[in-house]
Amino acid sequence: MTRLFQSNDQTLRRMCYLTIKEMANISEDVIIVTSSLTKDMTGKEDVYRGPAIRALCRITDTTMLQAIERYMKQAIVDKVPSVSSSALVSSLHMVKMSYDVVKRWVNEAQEAASSDNIMVQYHALGLLYHLRKNDRLAVTKMLNKFTKSGLKSPFAYCMLIRIASKLLDETEGGHDSPLFDFIESCLRNKNEMVVYEAASAIVHMPNCTARELAPAVSVLQLFCSSPKAALRYAAVRTLNKVAMKHPSAVTACNLDLENLITDSNRSIATLAITTLLKTGSESSVDRLMKQISSFVSEISDEFKVVVVQAISALCQKYPRKHSVMMNFLSNMLRDDGGFEYKRAIVDCIISIIEENPESKETGLAHLCEFIEDCEHTVLATKILHLLGKEGPRTPQPSKYIRFIFNRVVLESEAVRAAAVSALAKFGAQNDDLLPSVLVLMQRCMMDSDDEVRDRATFYMNVLQQKQKALNAAYIFNGLSVSIPGLEKSLHQYTLEPSEKPFDMKSVPLATTPITEPKTEIAPVATSKLPEKLARSRQDIYQEQLAAIPEFQSLGPLFKSSEPVQLTEAETEYVVRCVKHTFARHMVFQFDCTNTLNDQLLQKVVVQMEPSEAYEVIHYIPAPSLPYSQPGSCYSLVRLPDDDPTAVSCTFSCTMKYLVRDCDPNTGEPDDDGYDDEYVLEDLEVTVADHIQKILKPNFGAAWDEVGDEFEKEETFALASVRTLDEAVGNIISFLGMQPCERSDKVPENKNSHVLFLAGVFRGGHDVLVRARLALADGVTMQVTVRSSEETVVDVILASVG
Amino acid sequence: KEHLILRKGTEPSLYTVKAVLILDNDGDRLYAKYYDDTYPTVKEQKAFEKNIFNKTHRTDSEIALLEGLTVVYKSNIDLFFYVIGSSHENELMLMAVLNCLFDSLSQMLRKNVERRALLENMEGLFLAVDEIVDGGVILESDPQQVVHRVALRGDDVPLTEQTVTQVLQSAKEQIKWSLLR
Repeated sequence: MTRLFQSNDQTLRRMCYLTIKEMANISEDVIIVTSSLTKDMTGKEDVYRGPAIRALCRITDTTMLQAIERYMKQAIVDKVPSVSSSALVSSLHMVKMSYDVVKRWVNEAQEAASSDNIMVQYHALGLLYHLRKNDRLAVTKMLNKFTKSGLKSPFAYCMLIRIASKLLDETEGGHDSPLFDFIESCLRNKNEMVVYEAASAIVHMPNCTARELAPAVSVLQLFCSSPKAALRYAAVRTLNKVAMKHPSAVTACNLDLENLITDSNRSIATLAITTLLKTGSESSVDRLMKQISSFVSEISDEFKVVVVQAISALCQKYPRKHSVMMNFLSNMLRDDGGFEYKRAIVDCIISIIEENPESKETGLAHLCEFIEDCEHTVLATKILHLLGKEGPRTPQPSKYIRFIFNRVVLESEAVRAAAVSALAKFGAQNDDLLPSVLVLMQRCMMDSDDEVRDRATFYMNVLQQKQKALNAAYIFNGLSVSIPGLEKSLHQYTLEPSEKPFDMKSVPLATTPITEPKTEIAPVATSKLPEKLARSRQDIYQEQLAAIPEFQSLGPLFKSSEPVQLTEAETEYVVRCVKHTFARHMVFQFDCTNTLNDQLLQKVVVQMEPSEAYEVIHYIPAPSLPYSQPGSCYSLVRLPDDDPTAVSCTFSCTMKYLVRDCDPNTGEPDDDGYDDEYVLEDLEVTVADHIQKILKPNFGAAWDEVGDEFEKEETFALASVRTLDEAVGNIISFLGMQPCERSDKVPENKNSHVLFLAGVFRGGHDVLVRARLALADGVTMQVTVRSSEETVVDVILASVG
Repeated sequence: KEHLILRKGTEPSLYTVKAVLILDNDGDRLYAKYYDDTYPTVKEQKAFEKNIFNKTHRTDSEIALLEGLTVVYKSNIDLFFYVIGSSHENELMLMAVLNCLFDSLSQMLRKNVERRALLENMEGLFLAVDEIVDGGVILESDPQQVVHRVALRGDDVPLTEQTVTQVLQSAKEQIKWSLLR
């Protein structure tokens, strides 16, 4: 190989560099070529120097890098642009591996940034940013310098805009900062690339007002009529995003967007139509839908999903147009398409059905037709589940039974099992259908798959009892406990032999799992990771508390509240509290952070003075709170036994600790300290802390199941509330219970409403509330409470009163 | 939660290009350089190339969103040029790379941007791409500069006894041997 370096043929030499770069990953011992490359790098032939640098840096490691450091620094400030660029870009590649070495070249990079060459400016800026990005102050200074000095490079401008946006986002700066002004000024740059980058940056900023968006939107509007397809595409794609949050800002562009509907580039046409769907009026919907249906078969799956999502948003906006939409969606269902596409359509139809009772029968009919020939098990089972839930409530439930039973005969095991469950729901809700359902169920008991047989036998037996309570518990509303919690409790039970039967009430309830909020709705490259069962916050807390010996005898954790701030922002000590409710105790977890760098706090405890009969049993201190490292201390409180209705209480809280002053630079504390205290805000415990939300998909059945043995009713006048919406919101947040049957949504222009709430009270008792609200002169509310335990009913009514 | 829907979610970076591809008019690969591991195996790469070819070779439009990535493309006679970037990337930047590549090749091949001429000048192609994108970073955007740096001497390249491919092959062998020694 070294001999090849002696060749004078430039092409050959250059190809050698390429080969070296390609083989960099597989050859480990490359010292042989390093010296040749170093020679070329510092040689006289400019045409070799750049490529040699890039090849050398690809094979170099940290020790070798230090050896050529001198040459690299020289190369960065070299007058020949290709050499400088090569050195800068190679330095960037090496930041990951040898950050400390490359950091020493900051001054050279700074000097290179003042070059005239547009690519060198870009590369120097990029390298400087990567080296400094953890130091916000340095980045700000750099940005100020470059925005004032006026670079020439359009690429560098784009990079500056991105850095500025990121800074604005991180500091949550208001939009009257010089950074925003800089970005806005880029809208008037000569180069389209910069203009577009600026418009895109403004559009993506959170909290942008319509006025701030206006110049960006008008620039994008101009681009819509550009002869360059890429520009039209970029513009319409960005306008689409604006339309999501500020549809009114985009209406000015409607004419330009309509022109794009017939664009030869199908992606542009689709984006134009979906943007118009977001911003158009109700009357234009029919026309737009017709236009889309003419070309939807030609666009890619990803864009089909985009169109479906736009239709979904449109259905929510114009519920009266549901029949047009539904037709369109069912046509799309019949066409070819991938799983994601069909799923998006099914989800859209389901959401229309749920929002719009008038569309239910048509929607269900379309879905039945779909499952006749559906290859996706997940979708078929989802639809069957929906049929089971909604079908029995339609005027003619029997017509769905044929569809469902066909699935039992024809499909795979998972679908058959879902069909059996759906059938059971029909039998449970409609007495006249019950005999037919029982016959069908009997046939299912002969199925080849064990899950299907098990379900059929189970439902058969439940249905034959003909008891509403059983139907409710076993057919309508399933288990509401947390699965990881159930697994743990069962395991515990098997380890400790006991005469008593397993008590379901001892299992903690399911709370919503922690899910990542959905990022951009744009299509994502197919993810290859399997979905893991998400652990809820409660499961995490349960584990943390169980690790503390003093809390192990308290039993399972019933509920953990959201964190409550007990200090204002910007105070010396930041404290927030999470309230953990157990069967007969509460544990208060105080997460404390010390923001003073000249103090070390030790033996931190939050002392609590209750206003009612709560008794503080024990404090567990946080041993040490150094600067900026959060720690937790706990207080264990026993709930009053004698008066079960005393559920609310106010605690005045004071943080007590030992302070040792320390040297702010080294963190070394003094040897002795002194006691001190810090008053916190009062902490409230309310009825909501004793109740866990639980969703009952069929509230009526659950109401019957609990029974009226302990039912009580009272009427209240809500003096300070003006609207039904406000009243509904207040009750839900005050009681901390789950609204069911979508009763949290009050239809417009109604003077009365019924709110259904469900929950479980501490101790495992189901509690259901039906609140009839009427709007006359102010709001009156008639509250009916049912529970399996009388004290719970009293507690709820006492709290509301 | 709204702003999460709109946010680009990317860190400012010089790394903008994911891949540069040249396919012939059957959709087969003539040249491919991937700069990150979005498609780590050759099998996945070829599947991706097949997909984008199917979706783009019939239409004349320059830009599309496929498999969650922005694809800008240009075709001439029997060649299809693609530059691939993330969907968050500035589409005009990717176009700048595509245009630079196309214009540089156009000069180097004396306007014969078609398959046979390209195959006879693969070394020029390799060097040109190397001058335009380095490890995913745009290195140069001016086709004149690229042509100048590639500095092929055109017709008066002395005919060597071996073709470039053979030279590279023997170079590989040499390195192997020198490492084993």
